[in-house]
Formats: sequence, C-alpha cells, structure tokens
Amino acid sequence: MAFKKSAVPFSGTPEQEEKLRKIIAEHKDDPGALMPILQQAQEIYGYLPIEVQTIIAEEMDISLEKVYGVVTFYAQFSINPKGKYKISVCLGTACYVKGSGDIYNKLQEKLGIAGGEITPDGKFSLDACRCIGACGLAPVLTVNEDVYGRLTVDDVDKILEKYN
Amino acid sequence: MVNIKINGVDYAVPEGSTILEAARYAGIKIPTLCYLKEINAIGACRICVVEVKGARSLVAACVYPVNNGMEIFTNSPKVIESRKTTLELILSNHNKSCLSCTRGGNCELNELCVEYDVDINKYEGENPVPEIDYSAAHMYRDNSKCILCRRCVAACGVTQGIGVIGANERGFATQIASAFDMGLADTACVSCGQCIVACPTGALAEKDDTQKVMEAIADPTKMVVVQAAPAVRASLAEAFGNPIGTNAEGKMIAAMRRLGFDKVFDTNFSADLTIMEEAHEFLDRAQNGGTLPMITSCSPGWVRYCENYFPEFIPNLSTCKSPQQMFGAVVKTYYAQKLGKNPEDIVSVSVMPCTAKKYEVARDGQAAAGVPDVDITITTRELAHLIKKEGIMFNELPEEQCDSPLGGYTGAGVIFGATGGVMEAALRTAVWKLTGEDDNAPIDFKEVRGTEGIKEATYNVAGKDVKIAVASGLANAKKLLKSVKSGEAKYDFIEIMACPGGCVNGGGQIIQPASVRNFTDIRAKRAEVLYGIDANCAQRRSHENPDIQTLYKEFFGEPNSHKAHEVLHTNYSAKKLYK
Ligand code: SF4
Ligand code: SF4
Ligand code: SF4
Ligand code: FES
Repeated sequence: MAFKKSAVPFSGTPEQEEKLRKIIAEHKDDPGALMPILQQAQEIYGYLPIEVQTIIAEEMDISLEKVYGVVTFYAQFSINPKGKYKISVCLGTACYVKGSGDIYNKLQEKLGIAGGEITPDGKFSLDACRCIGACGLAPVLTVNEDVYGRLTVDDVDKILEKYN
Repeated sequence: MVNIKINGVDYAVPEGSTILEAARYAGIKIPTLCYLKEINAIGACRICVVEVKGARSLVAACVYPVNNGMEIFTNSPKVIESRKTTLELILSNHNKSCLSCTRGGNCELNELCVEYDVDINKYEGENPVPEIDYSAAHMYRDNSKCILCRRCVAACGVTQGIGVIGANERGFATQIASAFDMGLADTACVSCGQCIVACPTGALAEKDDTQKVMEAIADPTKMVVVQAAPAVRASLAEAFGNPIGTNAEGKMIAAMRRLGFDKVFDTNFSADLTIMEEAHEFLDRAQNGGTLPMITSCSPGWVRYCENYFPEFIPNLSTCKSPQQMFGAVVKTYYAQKLGKNPEDIVSVSVMPCTAKKYEVARDGQAAAGVPDVDITITTRELAHLIKKEGIMFNELPEEQCDSPLGGYTGAGVIFGATGGVMEAALRTAVWKLTGEDDNAPIDFKEVRGTEGIKEATYNVAGKDVKIAVASGLANAKKLLKSVKSGEAKYDFIEIMACPGGCVNGGGQIIQPASVRNFTDIRAKRAEVLYGIDANCAQRRSHENPDIQTLYKEFFGEPNSHKAHEVLHTNYSAKKLYK
C-alpha cells in the first residue's frame, strides 16, 4: 500500500504542541469532541500531518485510523501543508467543460503529485477548487494571488517556469 | 411479549426484539449484510428492509424494534424490488470473479444475488482497481470485493478495541483501509483474524500456505509432521455440511494421514506440556515473590496486543511459549534426537484455528534448535480446502487416532480451545500440587467456563485464596487490565485469549455466515465439543499424561528446568504502534 505521509518533513514547534495538548485536554470528554479538536489543530498547524493526528489519537484514547477516517471524510481538512506557491485549478462547471480537467491532470503529471499534495521541496501545492467567479476567463487557475485564464494544456509549462 | 402481525399472521414475540429477531422467531428469514449480532448494528446496507403498516418508507429490520400491534410485511413486491436494487447497486462496482473467489460457495453476497434473481450487469459503474494489501503475514485485503458493510471495522474497533482499519475518504472514493493508507503490517494489527470471519465476502482472507505444505509433503528428503490444535476438531466438520458442534477429531486425523503427513500428532499433547510449565511457573511466582498476577501467553494475538498497548504488563506474561511453539520445539529437539534425525530434515506443520499463528511462527525466540520450531502453519479453513482439493471424502473417513509419542493427551489439554480452558487446566495441576498431590482434589472449575467476556472466581486452596480472572476478546482484556492497573481489581492469575470465546471462535475457523451467527452462539456450541471430550478422558490432569511423564524423564528433567527454559520458554518486547 502506498503510505500517504506528507512529502514535506514535519516542522511543528513545542509551543504548537503545547497549545494542541491543552485544547485536547479541555475538550476530550465532550461528546463529539473530535471535530472541534481537529478544526483547532488545523488552525494551529495549517494542516493535519500524521504527527498531529497521532497526538490527538493518543490523548483521546482512540485509534489513529479513527482520526484519519474523519480527516479524510471532510474536505475542510488537509493532511498536507500548502506550498510556497499554492496552485488551485477551478473544476467548476464552466471551467470543466472548457478542459480544466486536462490542465489539472497535466499539473499532477508535471509536479509528480496528486491533488491535495505538495512537492517534496515544499514549493508547489496543488488543489482543485470550485468556481472562483471568473467564468469569462474559463478555464482558470490561480497561483497564490495571480490569476491565469483562457488556458490550454500547453500553457502549464510556461506558468510553472515563472515560479522557478 | 407483544402482539404483532407478520405477513398477515398473528404472533406474540418478546418485547424489545428487532423486526429481524421477531421474524426469525416466526420462522421467517430476512436477509442481512451489514448487521452482525453483538458486533455491528448500523442499519446501513438496507438489504433487510421490510414494510411496516403506517410507516412512510421501508424500515431496516435489523435495527427497528417491534411494538404492540405492529403489522409487518417482509416479502411484499415493494420489499423484494428494493432488495434487488440494493444488490444490483452493490454489484455495479464489484469485482465479480466468483468462479475462483476464496469465498466461492460461502459468500453472503453471492447467495443473496442468486436468491433475488439479480441482473449482475444492471448498473455498469466505474470499476476502479484498488491495490490489494498483501503486507501482513496472516491476511490480505482486496477492496474490489468489499461492499463497505463495515463488519470488519466493528470487529477490529469494537470487539477487539484496536481499530486499525476503518472507512477512509467519502462518497464514491470510500474504502476500507488503515490510517494514511499504511499497509496492515505497519499498523498495530495483532493478526487475530476477527475481521476475516466477520466479512461476508471475499474481500478479506488469510494468506494461503497450503501450497507450501503440499510441496513439503512431496519432497522425499523431508519428514513432515503435523499437529492440530484443540479447537480445530470443534469446527472442521462444518466445512463438510455437518452441524456446528460436531466433533471431527477422528476424521480430522484420518484426513491428515491421507494428505500424506508422515506423522500425525496433536497440539493437545503440547497443551498438556504447556500446563506443566505454566502451572509450575505460577506456583513458583506465588511462593517466591515473583510478579503477579501472572498472565497466560498462549494466544499470540493477545501477546502482541500486550506488547503494543500494555507493555507495562510484559513482566506479568508467562514466559511459556504457546502450545503450537512448544510442540514444534519438542519435535525439532527431543523427537529429532530420538529418531537420530537432523532437525533441518523435519518440516513441522501446524493446523490452527488462528491467523495470528502465521505471525507467531516468525517471531524472535521461537527456534529452539536453531531452526524455526514451526515451519508452516495453516488455518482450519486451509485444512478444509486441502481436504477438498485432494479429493478426500471427509464424511466417509474412518475415525483414527494420532501417532505416538506426541499424540496422547488428557482432558486438560483439549479444553485449551475454549475461553477459561487454560485457566481450568492450570488449576487442575496447581491445586493438585498445593493440596499435597491429592488425587481427589477438584477437577472441574465450572466458574471459568462459558462465553462471557470477563469471568472471575476465588478458590480457597490449602488455606490460601487464589483470585483468578479470565477475559476473551481484546476489548474485554483492555477493560480487565485497566482495572488491574488502577488497583481496582487484584488477581493472582489471569487468562487472556484474543478471540471472543477463545480459540473455538478463532479467526482461522470455518466461517459461519451472519444468518447463522445472528441466531446461534457458535462459541458455545464449539466449546461443548471440547468439554465433551474432556469429560470422557481417562486422565484429566496434564501431569497424568504418560507421554508427558516420559518426556520429562528422558529429556527435560523437571518442569521449569534449565533445559525446559531453553526449549519451551520465550521473551517479549514492547512494540511501536506504527512503523
Ligand atoms: S466476494 Fe462473493 S460475490 Fe464477490 S466475487 Fe467473491 S464470491 Fe463472488
Ligand atoms: S486481524 Fe484483528 S487486529 Fe488485525 S485488522 Fe483484523 S481484526 Fe484488526
Ligand atoms: S472488507 Fe468485508 S467486512 Fe469489511 S467492509 Fe468490506 S465487505 Fe464488509
Ligand atoms: S441495514 Fe439491516 S442488515 Fe444492513
């Protein structure tokens, strides 16, 4: 089985861990405590790597799989951090019919990662997103604050080069 | 009792029953897939739907309670149509390779599809090809045959309190896997196989080692000896159409002989040997200030659980190897010497009710003669498969007996296969010893029998109270250990078995479908076989076994002697939960 651990090494600080443990201690006996704890953990770290999920599982006396099952069920949680350059490809209807799916696939291939993942050097992360309200420019992708529209698959290389 | 109508007929059924139970009581079978009594009741698969007069939609019979005056229709056209559609939707992304599936002929999904005349290609869904997880030593998971009933998830998470498998992702991408898609081998899985026997389909199965066995038998340079665990004889006959609770001992031995094993022996023999070592270890700890409570170590799933989750109890674990390993160790040392054979020329095979034995054989400290004590271990299911494949007509076999000298046993050895059995067997010898070797000392310790998850008793032996506890199923073990840890409970001796009910309900036993397990306690029926054999044994205390006496005289000297420690004992170490 392919182990889905994040390609980027974990760099949590003792302060972050202390904060997390405090939150767990405060909430762990509440009914349905796992969701709010995960949300706050994601606020602290920006994502939920195995190291963070392991602390939550141990402190709450539940299995790591139980935590992971919930994390992967909800789209709001991520097991990978965002890259220095955060690429989002719009897969909303307008973009999709104009071929954004192909662009998304091409990016996965070029970066060697799947959607939701980050390159091992921490430079690029890739996500799909819903309509960003730029349908006139479809298909659209964004890199951090920069918007690129009316794309074809061949534009992908050029865009990536800009950030190299 | 409440009065209800099922399909127009009046019945009085026990209050608090579900519709499923009430219908069964009335002689009507309602199909189930996700429901498994005492394990999984999530009302998710909707195969069990029935019509209830006045209800807006069809209800799930497995979780819906009856109430007075309720009118139920279990077989209306609407119900039948709904079940058929449910099945057809399941099949839309199912890898329909029934022809050579491990569960062909014993698959709950397959059986229902035949009963409901489904069109197997009605909905052509996307057929993703998930990766098969072969990482673990004892089993594999093929999600292309998974119907997401989650019975395995409950068996692992609830019954065993471990939870290394679960449903990940959502919607169409949902699949059973471990955290971060780790292979099972990298998790805290204890190899108990309770997920396999809970699975209605061929998605989960043991790793098949029957080929290795037949290759060894075909090798003229090897002597192949086999041992079969006590619980195997309590389940094997089920694979050949016999009722649950059939004693298969004689035919099992005959079958193994016909498969070509050079010597057919019995793990019951080494269960007696285990008791010699373990009872004396207990007496030694109790009399010389050793670590108490002492906890049994026959169940490798439990041992691994202890190392994973309760390493602080490692000093409490008996250092005795399991009966399987003691047997193998005796074969490769004493028996090899007796025959003047090189242990490398002997292949030691075991038949076990247990998948964790596949993990145990490769553990450290399980090679008394410098070669593995046990070379190949197969489950009860694999033995049944071999017998069928080799064309042996099981039900027509004569009843035969094991070979000597490693085949004779006492009643104490055979009850090892049921929860409480090891405790009772140990007490028989320990109490005899403590009462000045009194042959009239008690033999039956009925308080430790039965399928409850946790049992306790106090026996007054020679003026001293001995407090004991017995747990089976690892969630129960966890509960018990927590109470010991907190000081709430105090015991001298604890027996723990990983599987609920003990080995008779092991993860390697013949799989009984939910339609049987929901209404029959297979643990109790199989245990009855073992207690029946015990009651008819001429000798019922392990130390009375004449072959065991000879073994000590010729080889080990005394129980717990230096030699015995070298060959029959092992050690443990704390394990990390995740790699
Ligand atoms: S799991 Fe059942 S239905 Fe699926 S291939 Fe195997 S026998 Fe057929
Ligand atoms: S073998 Fe036991 S511990 Fe391992 S996944 Fe199955 S139920 Fe869980
Ligand atoms: S693996 Fe088997 S028991 Fe587990 S969810 Fe799939 S079909 Fe059900
Ligand atoms: S919903 Fe009743 S058996 Fe699945």
